[in-house]
Amino acid sequence: MATALDKPIQVARVREDFPIFASLPQPFAYLDSAATAQKPRAVLEAVVRHLGRANANVHRGLYPLARAADEAFEGARRRIAAFTGADPKGTVFTKNATEAINLIAYAWGRENLGPGDAVLISELEHHANLVPWQQLCRERGAELRYLEIDDQGTLSLQQLQAELERGGVKLVSVAHVSNVLGTINPVAEIVSLARRAGAVTVIDGAQAVPQLPVDVKEIDADFYVWTGHKALGPTGIGVLHGRVELLQRLEPFLTGGDMIATVERQRATWNEPPWRFEAGTPPIAEAVGLAAAVEYLEGIGMERVRAHEQALGGYLLARLGEIPGLAIYGPSDPSRRAGLASFTIEGIHPHDIAELVGREGVCIRAGHHCAQPLMARLGVPATARASLALYNDEQDVDLLIAALRKAVALFNR
Amino acid sequence: MSEELYRQHILDHYKHPRNFGELHPHDLAAFEHNPLCGDELGVHIRVADGKIADLRFHGNGCAISQAAASIASEELIGMKLEEAASLPASWMIDLLGIPISPARRKCALLALKTIRGAITGEPSWPNGDGTL
Repeated sequence: MATALDKPIQVARVREDFPIFASLPQPFAYLDSAATAQKPRAVLEAVVRHLGRANANVHRGLYPLARAADEAFEGARRRIAAFTGADPKGTVFTKNATEAINLIAYAWGRENLGPGDAVLISELEHHANLVPWQQLCRERGAELRYLEIDDQGTLSLQQLQAELERGGVKLVSVAHVSNVLGTINPVAEIVSLARRAGAVTVIDGAQAVPQLPVDVKEIDADFYVWTGHKALGPTGIGVLHGRVELLQRLEPFLTGGDMIATVERQRATWNEPPWRFEAGTPPIAEAVGLAAAVEYLEGIGMERVRAHEQALGGYLLARLGEIPGLAIYGPSDPSRRAGLASFTIEGIHPHDIAELVGREGVCIRAGHHCAQPLMARLGVPATARASLALYNDEQDVDLLIAALRKAVALFNR
Repeated sequence: MSEELYRQHILDHYKHPRNFGELHPHDLAAFEHNPLCGDELGVHIRVADGKIADLRFHGNGCAISQAAASIASEELIGMKLEEAASLPASWMIDLLGIPISPARRKCALLALKTIRGAITGEPSWPNGDGTL
């Protein structure tokens, strides 16, 4: 039987699809895709083609061009929903994953959370999946509880079960993949346990959708959110997959044009999902671009993307391990983590690491990665992070290692 | 390139910071951070005759933020409080003697912000040249 590993990604050919690699001086090792991914030509061209040939506002026009824009936008919705196995009726476009979580916290949280209730998240969450719940809990007098990570940066289903048995948990929200540790969480099991305890479930898939084959029906969360720009698409578009029956019961988040059924002087009624949650002119060209991005990823195959990132992630961990004084955070087993590695080097602050390797053409990120409570848990002020995508290869990792060795030598001279 | 920002004197101050630690008792204190990158810096000041009689910085952060504090500390001891509280950004940048990119300005100026916080009770970024 043919597997993803039988047909590895040809990185040199993939890179030809990404104009940025030919436009920047070499060496250029882009190892910051967990922050935002580079874009294939297909995405650039789809956006330009749409704006040049099919641009009109959606949902209101009666002339042929407006119908073309409608078809482009709603076609993009169907395309994007199909990519993650979701129902287009439950697929809402937002500005980004952060806005999608704020939408849930506002629309679901205000109706369903009160004193004595709890929201359960984890220590490895990005601020996007933390601050909205913190605000909601403060407003509603509810409690925000945290699942702990172990020394491998993984969550325990036993602890989840214990927290659920403690009672009061109305909503569980965790990342599918940690943006700092790379941990791949067992989200289907988490959802199943939480549902059995009567809790609503939210999965933050911002780092997962670009790296793993994701089937939201299989995971079966009430809400699954992700963002376009990390998945090779444009900025300015996020995706919220919600269970349609649940979305139908929710009040809107933002209000205004396009999300209404009728408006009288003193009251209004709401459109059906997904449009109820898309007030104002939506990100039309961005949706078209994101549809092209997921089509590009499907053309390569997400199984192959995952196989590539797992293998290259293993190489990254092994090479980083060669550097004296370097500590890596998160699972040590590449099969349990996504293609990224956060690390610190004794005696060199992560910002100095990132600045120094940046001067060698190697792009990595340094800081708290929008996860300050996790940094506190790890006992570090910041980490450096190298993250991989389908257009990276061992040579990029080798450039990073050489640049890190130079930085270490400079600080130790 | 890297030689410019990470000149030997910067690395030397980073690895062997002058006037680092705590000062007890002290008359003035502040603890500030650079939210952008998580650099942290505290200061304890002992005052005599309206001047900084003694001072200790403490904290952790990148080479630029910590070296800047170390270098500044050598100039600050003996300085009048009001003068120390109104030092412009250019004073710090000139003392560092290295090119500072916009991304690293807050690292370089954290020491001045902390000093202002200790003396005036209102930590603010020095904006003498209007760029921060």
